[in-house]
Parts: sequence; structure tokens; C-alpha cells
Amino acid sequence: MTANVKGTVQVKRGLAEMLKGGVIMDVVTPEQAKIAEDAGACAVMALERVPADIRRDGGVARMSDPEMIEGIKAMVTIPVMAKARIGHFVEAQILQALGVDYVDESEVLTPADETHHIDKYAFTVPFVCGATNLGEALRRISEGACLIRSKGEAGTGNIVEAVRHLRNIIGDIRKITQADSAELFQWAKQLQAPLPLVQEIAETGWLQVPLFCAGGIATPADAALAMQLGAEAVFVGSGIFKSDDPSPRAKAIVEATTHFRDADILAKVSRGLGAPMTGIGMDEINQRYAERGW
Amino acid sequence: MKARVGVLALQGAFAAHELTLAGLGVETAQVRTPSDLAAVDALIMPGGESTTMSRLLETSGLFDELKGRLSDGMPVFGTCAGMILLATDVLDGRPDQRSFGAIDITVQRNGYGRQVDSFETDIDVDGFVAPFHAVFIRAPKVVAVGAGVNVVASHDGVPVLALQGHVMVASFHPELTADNRLHAMFCELIGS
Repeated sequence: MTANVKGTVQVKRGLAEMLKGGVIMDVVTPEQAKIAEDAGACAVMALERVPADIRRDGGVARMSDPEMIEGIKAMVTIPVMAKARIGHFVEAQILQALGVDYVDESEVLTPADETHHIDKYAFTVPFVCGATNLGEALRRISEGACLIRSKGEAGTGNIVEAVRHLRNIIGDIRKITQADSAELFQWAKQLQAPLPLVQEIAETGWLQVPLFCAGGIATPADAALAMQLGAEAVFVGSGIFKSDDPSPRAKAIVEATTHFRDADILAKVSRGLGAPMTGIGMDEINQRYAERGW
Repeated sequence: MKARVGVLALQGAFAAHELTLAGLGVETAQVRTPSDLAAVDALIMPGGESTTMSRLLETSGLFDELKGRLSDGMPVFGTCAGMILLATDVLDGRPDQRSFGAIDITVQRNGYGRQVDSFETDIDVDGFVAPFHAVFIRAPKVVAVGAGVNVVASHDGVPVLALQGHVMVASFHPELTADNRLHAMFCELIGS
């Protein structure tokens, strides 16, 4: 009998495969986690403040209190993710010890290291990282990230940056599949990404890991837009619990993510949800979280 | 007539199952609505979150349609969450979570633990010469098996692959590896 092997790339990327077509919701209390699970979330992201509040309050944003994460873990049966600061490998070690199912090395928290990201191969727990373009995505994958999310601009309720980042990433993938072998060297140089990963994309036509969308989703239509652009699942942060009536909105976004090409269903689930989060324009913000990450 | 195999595409690893089936030359279709279901001869229920799928089965109107097709004998293969949905009894599920009771087994959700306990290993499958490499992700554990169920593979004494009539279930993920022997086994079940 062969031994059971844990923490392999296959096992880590495997959980990301299981989250496809689903909605991962930001929650700050066990009660919110319950609402998210009841609404059909495929996972929850446990954090202390949703990005909209982090943006409003300012100051240093850190990993959540372990007690809060454990409270959320005890409340729901679906996977629980939690955020560590960029480069803060000790926060990640603590999250792994707490038994969270995915660690988000997130630009929404204040970076702990302005040069290095976490060596994600050193962990059994899998990592998701944000990216604004294909080069950034491939650098995170080369560090061991097993899931990439387009960053968007968290806490704004504005989908424009998420669309930009998805189009950046997927557009470059399309171009690379058309490039000849000599051009791939130039692509690797231009993207500041490892050549073998670029060559692999030319061959397979897709990233090595699943690509989800985050940052600015506030409505069922936003979620379906991300999916039609090529995202394989969505993260919704402030968009649910900063809206007037979180539960029906959460349910509607789950249905919109599944039936993302069916405009009749989208029209049906978009009705009567109350006011979405107010949202802010990109020219009204002074801190762009998407710029964090190297 | 060649069978058209549906893959339940409400949430989860449906794309990986489609790729594996395509590699076997099988015609596939994603199933999200009752009319999608009416157009297929067999169904794969993938891994993912069973609570999410359970909810979407209700809101899409698929639950009763699928229950009817299952009692009419449509061949079905459930992996991980799909196995949970096909079981007669589910432990540690949500109180409102409904399953189809298509195979006489009791499963415990996340019975093998959380993601940090997820693992891969080789298992022996009845009738296969070489072992099958199996990936277990927050896998459900089979804790009881009825008399009519044929256990085709076990790991550490626990059933992980089982058959009963037209229903086949696995607690692991054959769609995540290049080995397509279990999908081929399901296609044989469709043909028989």
C-alpha cells in the first residue's frame, strides 16, 4: 500500500478546481458566514473588516484574529479561506496551523514586504494570489500559488478594474497562443515571467492554475460579466454585506455565476434586490490596492 | 446510437470531467437546466460543494427532474460532492441538504478532514492490472454500505469506489489525473 501524500501541487490545485463556477464571499462574523453558506457560497473568506471598511478606516490592515477565524470555521461546513499580508510568511504559518483551507496573500492588507512574496512551496495549505496582468500571475504561480484571482480594486463596488485586469491576463494568453517559438523569449522578457511557464501557456492555451475574478463585483450582472470574460469563479468582498439586503443579493449572485450565459435567468435573479453598495469611482480613491504586489 | 453524456455544471469540477470524456471520444454537454438534462443519456455529477449544488438543484428546477431520471435508470457517476448527492444518508450535512438516495451508502461529509488533510495515493481497483492514482480533496468518507452495493475499490479498509445497478460513485477525483480508466468504466456501464 502506498502512503498518503499531502500538500502536493495536485492536491492544492485540486481544491481550486472544486471551487470553479462558484462564489467565494467575504465574511467578518460567524453569522455572516452562515448567511453566505445558506445562500450557496462555495467558500467564505474570513476577515476582520471588508475592503470597503479597510479603505474607509485607513491604518494598517493585518491577518484576522485567530478566534474570529475559528468561530467562522465552526459555523460552516464549506471551505474557509483567510488573508495574510503580502510577504508575511508567519501570518501564513499561523493560518495553516489554524487549518484554514486556502490562504489569500492579499493586497487588500497592508504589505509586510515590499520586495518579496511568500515562498508558497513551503506550505501544505494552498495559496491564492491576485494579479493585474499575466506577468504578475506567472510570477505568483512560479512562487507556488495554486489559484490566481484578477485583483480588480477591492472595496469600490466598481467592476471597471476587474474587467481591465481580466482582459489584460486573458488577452495576453490569447496572443501567446499565436506567437512562434522565438517570440516566446520576448514574451517572457516583457512579462518578467519564467520562460517555461510562458511556453506552457503557448501549448495549453490557458494558465497552469484556475483564474477567478475579484475586486468590485456588486451585482449579479457583474458576476456574469466576469464569467463571460473568462473568469472561472468569482470572489465577492464588500458587495454583499455592504448592500441593503445581503441574503437575497448573495443568492442572486450565486445563481448568476452558474447561469452566467442565460440572460433570462439573469433578468429574473436581478429583480428586487434592494440597493447595491454605493460604490466609488476610480478618480475618487487615493490608495490603489492593485498596485501592491511585485 | 452513441450516448451523449451530460456533466452537471451548476458548480465544481465539471470542465475537467468534460476534458476526460472528450479524450475518450465521448460527446458531452453541460447540464444546468431541466431542458439540458432532457438532452443527455447519462450524467456525471462532479466534485465541488455539495451544499452549493444542492441549493442550485432546487432553484434551477433540476432536483425533481433528475430524481425522476435516476429512478428511470439513467446511468450516473458521482465523484466527491456528486457521491454525497447520490447517497441514501449524509452525515454532517446541512439540515436542508437533500440527496437522491440512488445508491445505498452512508457518507460523512469532509470525512477525511479539511484541505490540509487532503492527499493523493495509489489504490487497487477490482479488474485493473495497474493501480489507480487517486486524489482526495476534502473528501467524503463512506461509513456504511448496503447489501446491494458492489465495492470496487477500498483504501485503508474504507470503500472509495462503488457500484449499484446504474449508479457509480467515487470519493476521489478521477478527472484530475490523466488516467481515464474509470471514465471508460462508466462508459461501459452506459453501454450495458
